[in-house]
Amino acid sequence: MTLEMGQADRERLLAEVLAGRVPDARGRFGPFGGRYVPETLIPALERLERGVREQLHREDFQAALGSELTTWAGRPTALTRAGRLSSRWGAEVWLKREDLAHTGAHKINNAIGQALLARRLGARRIVAETGAGQHGVASAAACARLGLPCTVYMGEVDMERQAPNVGRMRLLGTTVVAVKSGDRTLRAAIDEAIRDWVSDPLHTYYLLGSSIGPHPYPYLVRELQAVIGREARAQMLAQAGGLPDAVIACVGGGSNAIGLFHAFVPDASVEIIGIEAGGRGRGLGENAATLAFGRPGVLHGCYSLLLQDEHGQVQETHSISAGLDYSSVGPEHALLLATGRARYDTATDAEALDAVKECCESEGILPALESAHAIAGAKRWAERHRGGRLLIGLSGRGDKDMSTLQQTLIARLAAVSS
Amino acid sequence: MSATSERPRERITAAIRAVSRSGDPALVAYLTAGFPRRERFAEDLHALARGADVIEIGVPFTDPMADGVTIQRASAAALAQGVTLEWILAELAALQAVRVPVLLMSYLNPLLAFGVTRLPQAAARAGVSGLIVPDLPFDESSPLGDALASEGLALVQMVTPVTGPERLARLCEVSEGFVYAVTMTGTTGRTVAVPPETIEYLDGVRSRSRLPVCAGFGIRGAEQVARLRGHVDGVIVGSALVEVLERGEDPARWLAGLRGGEPRPRAVTPRGSDRSPGDRSR
Repeated sequence: MTLEMGQADRERLLAEVLAGRVPDARGRFGPFGGRYVPETLIPALERLERGVREQLHREDFQAALGSELTTWAGRPTALTRAGRLSSRWGAEVWLKREDLAHTGAHKINNAIGQALLARRLGARRIVAETGAGQHGVASAAACARLGLPCTVYMGEVDMERQAPNVGRMRLLGTTVVAVKSGDRTLRAAIDEAIRDWVSDPLHTYYLLGSSIGPHPYPYLVRELQAVIGREARAQMLAQAGGLPDAVIACVGGGSNAIGLFHAFVPDASVEIIGIEAGGRGRGLGENAATLAFGRPGVLHGCYSLLLQDEHGQVQETHSISAGLDYSSVGPEHALLLATGRARYDTATDAEALDAVKECCESEGILPALESAHAIAGAKRWAERHRGGRLLIGLSGRGDKDMSTLQQTLIARLAAVSS
Repeated sequence: MSATSERPRERITAAIRAVSRSGDPALVAYLTAGFPRRERFAEDLHALARGADVIEIGVPFTDPMADGVTIQRASAAALAQGVTLEWILAELAALQAVRVPVLLMSYLNPLLAFGVTRLPQAAARAGVSGLIVPDLPFDESSPLGDALASEGLALVQMVTPVTGPERLARLCEVSEGFVYAVTMTGTTGRTVAVPPETIEYLDGVRSRSRLPVCAGFGIRGAEQVARLRGHVDGVIVGSALVEVLERGEDPARWLAGLRGGEPRPRAVTPRGSDRSPGDRSR
């Protein structure tokens, strides 16, 4: 990563981060973030920003959101002590179980929150993008719950990898549009969702699924996902008797990670680690590890780190997990990296598959391939910190990955047993 | 307007005014650099210059989020042929001067990768008079705008039918070269009827702008241009012209047809090109 930032700037920004003063009024996380969109979208973003400012922290909005989260979405999610993983790794391992949330991942926290906001802002329809399908399913469910029409854009490649989620969205009454342009994965799906939104910015609400995009989305999504870390922190204190030494989450766009990390950012003793998709290796196009290999640039309305070539063309990515397969990353992660408050590492496709197997066998939990990256990273941390206490964000369940697992892990198991 | 000490951005304004003074809208013609074929870039550019008053050169980008299918296709094809901003500027610098002012239309990221500090000089040396950056709203534009100002290059601001009155006035005030009035919400390339609201909106923009106002997005035929006469100083044609080049037709002839000089029936558009993805859900 090439980020020219002097020591003094770094320290000043770190102080801002620790004091919880990011983003600033213009949606800047230090140098990152901002609002780089066609002029047509500016009024819609200004209205959303106003809506966020006036509604999000209002008591009646929080009451409505809290009620949906507890009575419909299944919050709080459990904190599970991973006893057998702990003995295998020689560390104290805890899992924050977002896989137990309604629709099977953390995505529902954001989807129901934004859908409630959209309704208050008078939206007539919702558009969303989806990679792994989890945000699409969560949006579809939230829209069904609130009676809002929903259209989800999904890359053709992802529709194939995540076929069951396509069916779920359709059952929930959502229109799923196959995106055949660009890289035919998450990035192209976001391009198309934005194009739809540009066509009707006053009546269409864009329900963005990750902590990316133009201001105020990275902030809004963080605020809606921060419930993960708030719960986890209180649960750690109650169940483990203290804070973890490290919190670890997978990072694609980075919403589950920022949601888990946010409450721990001021806790100086807690190491914060994000795990990106290392894919097949280090080369451009072989992974989706933006924080590891990216350079600053603008994509989808936001100045952040990008996997791009020397001419500023955005590169295609590879990951076995559709949910991490993205060429950029949330601006707050870029800042956490730049200030040194968090560090980021990668796990390869193969390591993620091994982690799926280990988690299944040891804990009776089938994690999403995305979450398995965090588990793989955690295992590595544990090797270097014997006896350490570790909190892993288990962002989603792996049922959606059965077709990928069928062709990989399960095929191998079958070959061994025959 | 002194012709001798004219800065590049004033060339754009003057070229549009020279036509619009007569009442006819100036023609601002867009092509994606290197599309359909990279080897034909110089030739296409000169052909366009025979029919247009200002030329916009599209710098291809992998994620053209404000563009419909035609320009998406053109961008992807240009990138596949290795077209870069570096190459475009080198080609322009090597050309004999194009007789009309040239602007670059680029998403922000290729400009950032090129380097905001070295861009203005390189662009000026290549004979470029200004830039249009569709994903750079005015609020975020100061680093680039300041850099361009050092060479007298224009940074053109866009206004849209959903832009509020205060912001509209501000954008008209800070724009350079001309004001780009987007005719509709949506991506480029769709056919736009010109309803009374659009005319009213364009009149409103024009009344607030000291610079010429050019209407763009979805202009494809002579009837639309005729309808806009007297309400704008120029019209911008993009997707439809890209399709003309794609079909191997003479762009100057097509542009003459737009002016009503040589009325011709609207060509059948290929491959559903005037439909944007957003339409599907409507």
